[in-house]
Amino acid sequence: MDVAISGTLPHLDDCARDQIGNEVVPVLEDGDYALDYYGYSKKERTVGNRHRSHCSDALYRCDPQGNDGIIRTVNNSESRKVNKRLVWSIVFVAVGMFGFGFALVPLYNVFCEVTGLNGKVKTEAVADAGYVVDQSRELTIEFITSVNESMPLAFRAEKSKMKIHPGQYYTVKFYAENTTDRKMIGRAIPSVAPGVASEYLSKAECFCFSEQEFEPHKLREMPVRFVIDPSIPENVKDLTLSYTFFDITDKNRN
Amino acid sequence: MSSVVATHDEHHDHGPGKGILRWVFTTNHKDIGTLYMGTALVMFLVGGVMALIIRAELFSPGMQFVDPMFFNQMTTLHALVMVFGAVMPAFAGLANWMIPMMIGAPDMALPRLNNWSFWLLPFALLLLASTLFMEGGAPAAGWTLYPPLVLQGGAHLPFAIFSVHLLGISSIMAAINIIVTVFNMRAPGMTLMKMPLFVWTWVITAFLLIAIMPVFAGAVTMLLTDKFFGTSFFNAAGGGDPVLYQHLFWFFGHPEVYVLILPSFGVVSQIIPTFARKPLFGYSSMVYATASIGFLSFIVWAHHQYTVGMPIEGELYFTYATMLIAVPTGVKVFNWISTMWKGAMTFETPMLWAIAFVALFTMGGFTGLMMSISPADLQYHDTYFIVAHFHYTLVTGAVFAIIAATYYWLPKWTGHMYDERLGKLHFWLTTISVNLTFFPQHFLGLAGMPRRIPDYATQFAEFNAWSSVGAFVFGFSQLIFVYVIIKAVRGGEKATDEVWEGAREHGLEWTLPSPAPYHTWTTAPEIK
Repeated sequence: MDVAISGTLPHLDDCARDQIGNEVVPVLEDGDYALDYYGYSKKERTVGNRHRSHCSDALYRCDPQGNDGIIRTVNNSESRKVNKRLVWSIVFVAVGMFGFGFALVPLYNVFCEVTGLNGKVKTEAVADAGYVVDQSRELTIEFITSVNESMPLAFRAEKSKMKIHPGQYYTVKFYAENTTDRKMIGRAIPSVAPGVASEYLSKAECFCFSEQEFEPHKLREMPVRFVIDPSIPENVKDLTLSYTFFDITDKNRN
Repeated sequence: MSSVVATHDEHHDHGPGKGILRWVFTTNHKDIGTLYMGTALVMFLVGGVMALIIRAELFSPGMQFVDPMFFNQMTTLHALVMVFGAVMPAFAGLANWMIPMMIGAPDMALPRLNNWSFWLLPFALLLLASTLFMEGGAPAAGWTLYPPLVLQGGAHLPFAIFSVHLLGISSIMAAINIIVTVFNMRAPGMTLMKMPLFVWTWVITAFLLIAIMPVFAGAVTMLLTDKFFGTSFFNAAGGGDPVLYQHLFWFFGHPEVYVLILPSFGVVSQIIPTFARKPLFGYSSMVYATASIGFLSFIVWAHHQYTVGMPIEGELYFTYATMLIAVPTGVKVFNWISTMWKGAMTFETPMLWAIAFVALFTMGGFTGLMMSISPADLQYHDTYFIVAHFHYTLVTGAVFAIIAATYYWLPKWTGHMYDERLGKLHFWLTTISVNLTFFPQHFLGLAGMPRRIPDYATQFAEFNAWSSVGAFVFGFSQLIFVYVIIKAVRGGEKATDEVWEGAREHGLEWTLPSPAPYHTWTTAPEIK
């Protein structure tokens, strides 16, 4: 890379004060801090490779290279305008990305529901779809129940697994008993594994559609009525339906 | 004129001021660069002490020195301090020092913003450090801050999150400054495709920062509202999903690791041509490769989440997209080697570090390639294999590049040559010990040792002992580095303006006097 510093640097005496404000040197406005960058001290300073001695304060209003020289300032009003435009467009992008982060929340949910990713299950009742029962296929469905650590609930399914035919409606009973002396409100979150099976599992009735109230020391029976779409891929032979109860008593009180 | 002077302190206008206030009020890019580098060095040592606590505990099976809760705080803070306190500020410092000098600008475009973006940093780091003394201790859920675990900690959460916010704002402002400087302040004739590669890699890094830091800020804000304001972004009971956090985090996190490594590529691309005495091989392909890596980094994030579960199509996509990154990275590695090919090479300390970077970073890259394969990743995930992988990319990658850059430009900054003998000693001790530390961790990981645990099964004892010995040698070797820097700052053999033989051909900064005067390029150089 070739570098040349063209022109000769002026001697201090060349810098007459009447040059102040010539075209090449941007006029400084109040609040400009260009002086930081043109502020040679009264001591000896070097600029570039050239040696410049005893520049006085007056020098910063002089064009060191005569009118042909290029002078750049950091903060004259012209470069300020250009910088400002770029700064604001970058700030706009940054703020936009902050918003994008939040926009990802609904996008993620829609994406998961459409693709059945993450075992997300439809949480509203589905009317009788009129499937034809496929007697030739038999699937195994397992039921898993769990409670979030903060919820003292004895929660189980009537059986741990059953054989089913796609297209036929089945009802399974789940039992939950509040083991405490206080009333609890819980919310069950369903999940299906493998994830692809979730879009083929429809429920006509489920306790997971709404919040559930548990009176102290009462056992509740909660039926789930479900059907598997016969178009479920051939390679799915076992599926797992799990429910986790979360304690939302405190949330509701607020 | 008088009105202008009146609005500013006298010392502000004329070269460096006196005393401590010089550093508080400075808007000079060199001063701010020094502040950043100094902070980074201190945080490197602080994070290093945390690493040594971890390695001391892991020296042998069983619990020795710390309780598991504190161990978890150390793994979390070590990562946060090293990433946000050491590596990122070190590169911001290098950018501040070098970018204006390399493109022929008198300073950064937004000097006051520059001062602010630095001064947020120590306070953000203090906020993070203060969590160590709180009830329940510092964050202990890993640097990824995954919910629900991170929400179950003590009083630290809001402090850690505000600290992350401040660190994010600081990096965004630094990135804005760099972009504006490079776009608006280049010397006449310094076209984009003539810019030194360090400048190029930083511009691309700055764009990554602008895009990802706000997303991370958003994600941790959601953690905050989940914990304190009853929202359910990541809470399944309210219809949220903890996996969503992982997607948000890694949308930030994957480009973030390129934020840490792209400037390293730039540094190495400056150093190798100087000591090979040849121009950089394939300059434009280097620029395009860097830009490709920057782009690809946004579309591969879920390779951190293979074990969370995703459909086969997703696994295939993320596997192939991730592997694709090896192509531009390979271009860079081959270009560095081709630059050295038939060059008149000498092996001063910066060159040694740069060559070690190329060799060892490539190894870290290869283990990354292994883990990009989703079925194989199920075995490697969250084991010491990943620990070995990212330490090869971040220690022998980013940290080696920062050390190389320091040796390379130290004579320009201080005007004195550093102690070459001590520099080489530092290099050899570090390179041997870093391999002793991290290479056995590959084997530990393949044998199934999980990461982030304070105790382990006895069959892992021997490799862990080696690794701990290596870590302590590595840690104490860095004191040589500190000594070399202090020695060069205080005096020593005068450096010439060019510093390195023929360096004038390799960058504008070598045409300036050594030490670089407080104000440089007040008159623009002309680049032909």
